[in-house]
Amino acid sequence: MATRLWQRPAFWGFLFITPWLLGYLTFTIGPMLGSLALSFCRYDLANLAFVGGANYARLFAKDALFWKSLWNTATYTLFAVPLGLTGSLFLAVLLNQKVKGLALYRTLYYIPSLVPAVATALLWNWVFNANFGILNNSLRSVGMAHPPAWLQDPNWALPAFIIMSLWGIGGGRMIIFLAGLQGIPDSYYEAAEIDGAGSAAKFVHITLPMLTPMIFFNMVLGIIGSFQVFTAAYIMTAGGPANATLFYVLYLFRQAFEEFRMGYASAMAWVLFLILLAFTGIQFSQAKKWVYYEGELR
Amino acid sequence: MREAPTAERGLRRPLKSALVYAALTGGAVLFSIPLLWCVSAAFKDVQTVFRVPIQWMPRPWHPENFRDAWTVLPFPIFVVNTLIVTCFAVVGQVLSASLVAYGFARFHFPGRRVLFMLVLSAMLLPAQVTMIPVFILWQKLGLVDTFAPLVIPAYLGGGAFTIFLLRQFYLTIPRELDEAAMIDGCSYFGIWRHIILPLSRPALITVLLFSFMAHWDDFMGPLIYLHSQEKLTVSIGLRLFQDQYGQTNLPLLMAASMLHIAPVVIIFLIGQRYFIKGIVMTGLKG
Repeated sequence: MATRLWQRPAFWGFLFITPWLLGYLTFTIGPMLGSLALSFCRYDLANLAFVGGANYARLFAKDALFWKSLWNTATYTLFAVPLGLTGSLFLAVLLNQKVKGLALYRTLYYIPSLVPAVATALLWNWVFNANFGILNNSLRSVGMAHPPAWLQDPNWALPAFIIMSLWGIGGGRMIIFLAGLQGIPDSYYEAAEIDGAGSAAKFVHITLPMLTPMIFFNMVLGIIGSFQVFTAAYIMTAGGPANATLFYVLYLFRQAFEEFRMGYASAMAWVLFLILLAFTGIQFSQAKKWVYYEGELR
Repeated sequence: MREAPTAERGLRRPLKSALVYAALTGGAVLFSIPLLWCVSAAFKDVQTVFRVPIQWMPRPWHPENFRDAWTVLPFPIFVVNTLIVTCFAVVGQVLSASLVAYGFARFHFPGRRVLFMLVLSAMLLPAQVTMIPVFILWQKLGLVDTFAPLVIPAYLGGGAFTIFLLRQFYLTIPRELDEAAMIDGCSYFGIWRHIILPLSRPALITVLLFSFMAHWDDFMGPLIYLHSQEKLTVSIGLRLFQDQYGQTNLPLLMAASMLHIAPVVIIFLIGQRYFIKGIVMTGLKG
C-alpha cells in the first residue's frame, strides 16, 4: 500500500526546511562558487574578463597593502583573542564567587557589548583623543607627561583597537563561561578539598578542564570574528595612520566597493576563507587533545 | 556537611570576598566610564565638553541637544527606515527559522544529519566570501538602494544561529503533544502553529531580541546597499553626523549616539532573562 507523497513525514520535513535550502543555495553555496569563479576574473560591474591566476599572483607578489592588512589583522587577533578570552574567564570566575547583586554586575559588564558598533566607534574615538580624551586625561593626571597619541600614532593605533576590544569582555563569551562555571558540581570541589587541594590546584585541575568546551567554542568563533573587524576601523581611522589599522576586511571592502575590483576582492575573500578554514580545521583536529566533554563515552 | 570554619579561614573568607567585591565594583566603574562620558557629553555645550578635568555633571544643562540631534539631519527618517528594515527582517528571520527548526527537530528525512551540519557550518563562514556575488545579484535585479537586500534573505532560513537555538528548544517539547494533536486531526503545519509556536515563546523571544539587535546594529549591509539619503539607516546616518558635526559639535554627536544606543539597551533590560538563557544555550554545545 503506497502512501501518497504528501502523506509521508519525510516530505513534510523537506518542505519545512525548504526556506533554508533555498537561502543556502542562493545566498551561501551559489555565491561562494560565484566568488571563487570571480577570483579568476577581472570584473568592474561592467566588463568581465578571465584572467586566470593573475589576481592571486598580484595579491601575493605585488600588493604590499594586502600583506600589511593581513599582518595588522593577525597581530590584532593574536592579542585581542587571548586577552579577551582570559578577561572574560576572569570576570566569570569573579562573578561566580556567590556575590550578592550578581544580576546587577552582570548587566553592567554586559552593556558595553550591546552598544552598536558605530556608536562604540564614535565613543572610543573620543576616549582615545590625544588632547581631550578621557584616557589621556587620566594618564596625565597620574603623571605621564606625554601619553601616546593613540589613533594618530602609527605605533599606538593598533594597540588602541586591542584595548577597545577588551571593552566587550563582559559579553556573550563571559555569559557562556559563567554558565559553564555554574554547571560544575560542587561535589568535585569538595572531593578535591578533602584531598587537600588549594584554590590554585582546584582551578587548574577542575575548573579549567571542565570549561574547555566553552573555551574551545569561544576561541573558534573569536578568531573568526576578529579576522573580520571592520566597522570600528572604517569609522575611527579609515585604516590610518600610515595604514596601521588597515584591517583585512577593510581593504577587501575598499577593493570591492570603492575601486570596484570585484575579481580582486573575491580573490581576497577566498584567501581569507582558506586562512580561517585552516585555523578552524587545526583547532578542531587539536580539540581531542585538550577539550573535555563530559559523557563523551556515551 | 561543612566543617566549622577554623580561625584562619574565618579571617580569610571576609578578606577574600572584600577583594572580590572591590575588583568587581572597580571594574564595573571602569567599564561604565565611556558610556557615562557619552551621556554627560550629550548634555553639554561645545565650550564645556572639552574642559579638563572632566566635569561629569553638565553645567549648564542642555537637554535641547537631543531635539537638535533629532532635527538637524533627517534623523526621524533614518529611525523609520531602520525600524522598517529591522521589523521586516526580524519577522522573516523568526518565522522562517522556526519552520526550518521544526523540520529538523521533528522529521526524519534522508540527508537530515548532513544538512544540519551544513546549517551549523555556515556559522564558521566569513560573510566576505559570499558578499560580492550577492551584491552583484541584487544589482542585476535592480534592487540596490532598496531595502530588499537587507530584508529578503531573512525570509530564507533565518541564519544558522537562530535555527540551531530554536531546534534545541523544540527538542525539549514532548512529542506526545504532537501525537495527540495528530490524533485530533491536526496537520503537520497545524502542529507547528498550535503546539510548537505557543510552547516555544521563551525561545522565540530570545531569537527575536538577538535578531532585533543584529539588524538595528547592522552597518556593513546598509553601507553596501543604501545610497540615497532618504533611505539610510541610523548606523549610516550617525556616520554622516560624524562627518558633519564630529569636529564642530561633539555634544550633538553624542546625543545622536545615545539615540542609537538607547533602544538596544532598553530592549535588553526588558528581555534580559530570555537573552542570557539564549546565549547560554548556543554556547553549551557548539
